[in-house]
Amino acid sequence: MSTLTLYMQYIVNGLTLGAIYSLIALGYTMVYGILKFINFAHGDILMVGAFIGLLVYTALTGDASPSAWTLTAFFISMLVSMVACAILGMLIERVAYKPLRNANRLAPLLSAIGVSFILSNGAAWIFGTQSRRFPYPFENEPMHIGSISITPHQIVVIAVSVIMMVLLTFFVNKTRMGKAMRATSLDQPTSQLMGINVNRVISLTFAIGSALAAVGGILAAFDFRVYPSMGTMTGLKAFVAAVIGGIGNIQGAMIGGVLLGILEAVGAPLLHIPNGMKDTVAFAVLIIVLLVKPDGILGKNEREKI
Amino acid sequence: MRILETEHLTREFGGVIAVNDVDFHVEKGLVTGLIGPNGAGKTTLFNQITGMDRPTSGKVIFDGKDITGLPAWKISRLGIARTFQNIRLYKELTVVENVMMGLHFKVGKDPFHHRFAQAVKSYVFASRENREVYHKAMEWLSFFELEEHAQDFAGSLPYGKQRELEIARALAAEPKLLFLDEPAAGMNPSETAHLMHVVDKIRNLGVTVVLIEHDMKLVMNICDNITVLNFGIKIAEGTPNEIKKDKGVIEAYLGREEEE
Repeated sequence: MSTLTLYMQYIVNGLTLGAIYSLIALGYTMVYGILKFINFAHGDILMVGAFIGLLVYTALTGDASPSAWTLTAFFISMLVSMVACAILGMLIERVAYKPLRNANRLAPLLSAIGVSFILSNGAAWIFGTQSRRFPYPFENEPMHIGSISITPHQIVVIAVSVIMMVLLTFFVNKTRMGKAMRATSLDQPTSQLMGINVNRVISLTFAIGSALAAVGGILAAFDFRVYPSMGTMTGLKAFVAAVIGGIGNIQGAMIGGVLLGILEAVGAPLLHIPNGMKDTVAFAVLIIVLLVKPDGILGKNEREKI
Repeated sequence: MRILETEHLTREFGGVIAVNDVDFHVEKGLVTGLIGPNGAGKTTLFNQITGMDRPTSGKVIFDGKDITGLPAWKISRLGIARTFQNIRLYKELTVVENVMMGLHFKVGKDPFHHRFAQAVKSYVFASRENREVYHKAMEWLSFFELEEHAQDFAGSLPYGKQRELEIARALAAEPKLLFLDEPAAGMNPSETAHLMHVVDKIRNLGVTVVLIEHDMKLVMNICDNITVLNFGIKIAEGTPNEIKKDKGVIEAYLGREEEE
């Protein structure tokens, strides 16, 4: 295999990984856009999403070999998990963040870290700490395009992510609720005067972000398996992706995620970084972005007026 | 006919009674002035009525409905709009976009309480709806003679024009009642003259206006009724001519005359 096709292969792999980061990064960025607050429990919501997806899927199919039914069951379990996580996200906001909305900015952040611990330790308590395999609901025989191989799993990940992001873009830009959301992110008190129920917008933001995290968690489960602390590293990297793209910016999170996935997949072999150290790439990228363009790729470059 | 009434409205902050047992009322279709020395409780009264803050006791009745303690967004949906002493515009949006914002979330058009068919319709015809909203917004801008600034950023307008834009956005939502908190503050005489002209035009549209203002020339010229507050207590109400002659008001503003 020539070096070029090898790197083409890395890019395909990076795209898959990046699509998952994008889905999760959207939750960070949407919440930040509206509340100027980083929801550190977001990574654990994706873990809960993966667990719920796995439970529903195994309940529906047992250990059946891939068929049309398992594929249907996969999408059903994804839908159930999205709804469950949306409710969980709204609940967390209501209980752990809303009472602190007028408090010092550090307070909700600490509360978020607390929620994160509750979720991951709660999952360890209920499900145990061993990791579980998410069975493929389809035959995962790689296909070959030229000398690049692409698995059905990768196609599903990319297709599902693209569909979710297209739906979200339409929702945010074309519906009245999306408009209310964008208005709220510009200026909360003023939007309230325009007759927008800001509390409802915030709940909706958490619901959408958490539902996307559930999808991300299930898609990530194929590669990373399902275990209580699976959200920590994936969540952290998705947060890095949101910062790279410009936190608070929806398109930025999409671009940042894909970019981070590709940089990680290409960067590690290019720089001869051993497998165990692969995660350093993401954080090195974060440091570079923070030094060079702290507002991220699509972030507004706002200078304080003097 | 009274469009708004407060009954025994009181707001205490710790030991301070900012608004004390005030019965304030507004006649439909007229311009009512709310005046008083600094710290008299005028803005606090506005805040209680528009839902920015909850009264300690008392009632607010709007259009026959008790709206005491409702959240700001609900009150704004019922048809009460307001502007602030410190301007609250979407500064990063253009002038016309600010007015469009007022139109998008117009009275009765709750983004969350949309019937399904309407939601689909507004989705399918989004670009047409946007065009209509844009044209309507431009009409409001020409009402305020701001159309030449339509594409400028709201934050870049001169101060007086930002104030008028805020009023334009509030009006675009087609409120029944409009509260203006010191609309002429920081305006130069020619801007103030234009504002008086604008308030007069708003009254002609049939919108009831309540304004807090320190510019006595403006208040006396434009208001049909005036209510005077001092230390949170209503000390007088009446027509501008009655208020000008009122002993209590003169005392509140100028101090008691020395006994000779």
